[in-house]
Amino acid sequence: MLKVDIAHRVGRLSLAIAFEASAHVTALFGRSGAGKTSLVNIIAGLLTPDDGHIEIDGEVLFDRARGINVPAHKRRIGYVFQEGRLFPHLTVQRNLLYGHDAAAAAHAPDLAQPRHIVELLGLEPLLARYPADLSGGEKQRVAIGRALLSDPRLLLLDEPLAALDAQRKDEILRYLRLLRDRMRIPMVYVSHAVEEVLQLADQVVLLADGQVVAAGPVEAVMGRPDLRERAGIFDGGVIIEARVQAIDAADGVATLAFNGGTLTVGRSDVQAGEAVRVRIRAREVSLALEAPRHISIQNILRGTVREIDTSRGDSVSVTIAVGAATLRSRVTRRAARALALAPGIDVYALIKAVSLERHGARVE
Amino acid sequence: MGGYLSADEWEVLRLSLKIAFWSVAGSLPPALLVAYVLARLRFPGKSLFDALVHLPLVLPPVVIGYFLLLLLGRHGPLGAFLEAHFDIVLAFRWTGAAVACAVMGFPLMVRAIRLSLENIDEKLEAAARTLGANRVRVLATITLPLALPGIITGVLLSFARSLGEFGATITFVSNIPGETRTLPLAIYTYTQVPNGDANALRLSLLAVLLSVAALFISEVLARRATRRLKGRDAEG
Repeated sequence: MLKVDIAHRVGRLSLAIAFEASAHVTALFGRSGAGKTSLVNIIAGLLTPDDGHIEIDGEVLFDRARGINVPAHKRRIGYVFQEGRLFPHLTVQRNLLYGHDAAAAAHAPDLAQPRHIVELLGLEPLLARYPADLSGGEKQRVAIGRALLSDPRLLLLDEPLAALDAQRKDEILRYLRLLRDRMRIPMVYVSHAVEEVLQLADQVVLLADGQVVAAGPVEAVMGRPDLRERAGIFDGGVIIEARVQAIDAADGVATLAFNGGTLTVGRSDVQAGEAVRVRIRAREVSLALEAPRHISIQNILRGTVREIDTSRGDSVSVTIAVGAATLRSRVTRRAARALALAPGIDVYALIKAVSLERHGARVE
Repeated sequence: MGGYLSADEWEVLRLSLKIAFWSVAGSLPPALLVAYVLARLRFPGKSLFDALVHLPLVLPPVVIGYFLLLLLGRHGPLGAFLEAHFDIVLAFRWTGAAVACAVMGFPLMVRAIRLSLENIDEKLEAAARTLGANRVRVLATITLPLALPGIITGVLLSFARSLGEFGATITFVSNIPGETRTLPLAIYTYTQVPNGDANALRLSLLAVLLSVAALFISEVLARRATRRLKGRDAEG
């Protein structure tokens, strides 16, 4: 478990951040400029904070008051940088072994075989090459492998997908999910992309302007409408945990069960029983007072209006209870008036789009 | 080539290479240190130190040679000390010529190494530290290998400067055949005697040959060192 409680000034930004990361994957989420990279540099020991305390699994890494500051090379914290930072004069193999050899000699003679990680990340064909001859995605895979092979107690990933195109992002995300499911190492994942957080993280710490705005389980924090402006979460909406109930391969759709009923999504590349996260954006949800018939929308759920928020702009955010779950809809003021929406009214939520974020079958 | 050069000329060539080699070998370690200090550290008086290092580049070589004579001559403060305690005499010896060449080539070597050190992405060194490498290992496995092209360039420049050094050498250690008469000094001597023109021309061509060879070798080495850093696509 990682405990952080630090204060630091970088330029105009004052960081005052306290959080505990006990989950397997903790996401540090926030806009660029929120202080995320400074924070991970402080955890890694590359930046010394003005004040505070950092400990990992009970071992103090930094304590201003007690004059403790363990140097970066003794912290045993793996770090995957945004831009890879592979050593250009060394082959992939020697990059991978850079931290491994020292770690094996110093404290872990029975260190996991490099072979295992090389296979997991598909690095075998790259071993003899130099970093300059790798693609962006390959570089990040090597960087991840290099950090893992140094036998860290914690893996920091600072926006490892930021420099990649969409296709490479998916590729690396697949590997990261694989790592999360196969290895016990705790990870702190820095990102400003909602999709990445939804796919990987268990807990999220939301940062804005150098402060912790919210922290907790991903579904609880990322669905909060009040945070979207400050933390830059794209659009209001909700995150729902669901399980794949059935797959209709012929039509290419899957039925998902959640605590408010079922949803149909146009995806057949999932497995029955698999746990998934779905994200339903507020502007993809329309409301009707009667059950519409002869309509192409497949997901129509019955619920009750709980809350109406008119505080923001020219549209209205409506919170609807569907079974034990919550949905959010964004409609115009005029539409809200026409339907006479008010708390307690029964409505039909018409969901135009459901985006499914594979969360992977967790082995816990 | 044995027929082309006379025994005396062979002696000049051998001596020049020996002096140049030892001047480069002796100045490389301090040049690395000074380049690192200038590239990475901040301290009061740094610009004064920087200027001091560059002094041999802007002063007339004769002045440098004269200062060396004052300082390291048999009656100079440092020269007398070295002779009394270590039995080392530099004045009018080939070792003194190597010292003069080293001093003259020093700023060139420091500049080249310093430039390449400043070009190294310090983020790579930070990455090495997160992988468990202490400062010494970072220096040996990341910093110095990445600065290699600059080190090679610095060595070549200083070597070439040593081969061509004239003013400081003749002032400090004079022009003694077989001891301090290097290539440029020999050429100068031949131009001062009747019928020496042919010899002077031959030695001048030899100097051209040496310079071209040194340039070629360093180019090959530097390219080999740079190639990996830039990748196959960037080659050629």
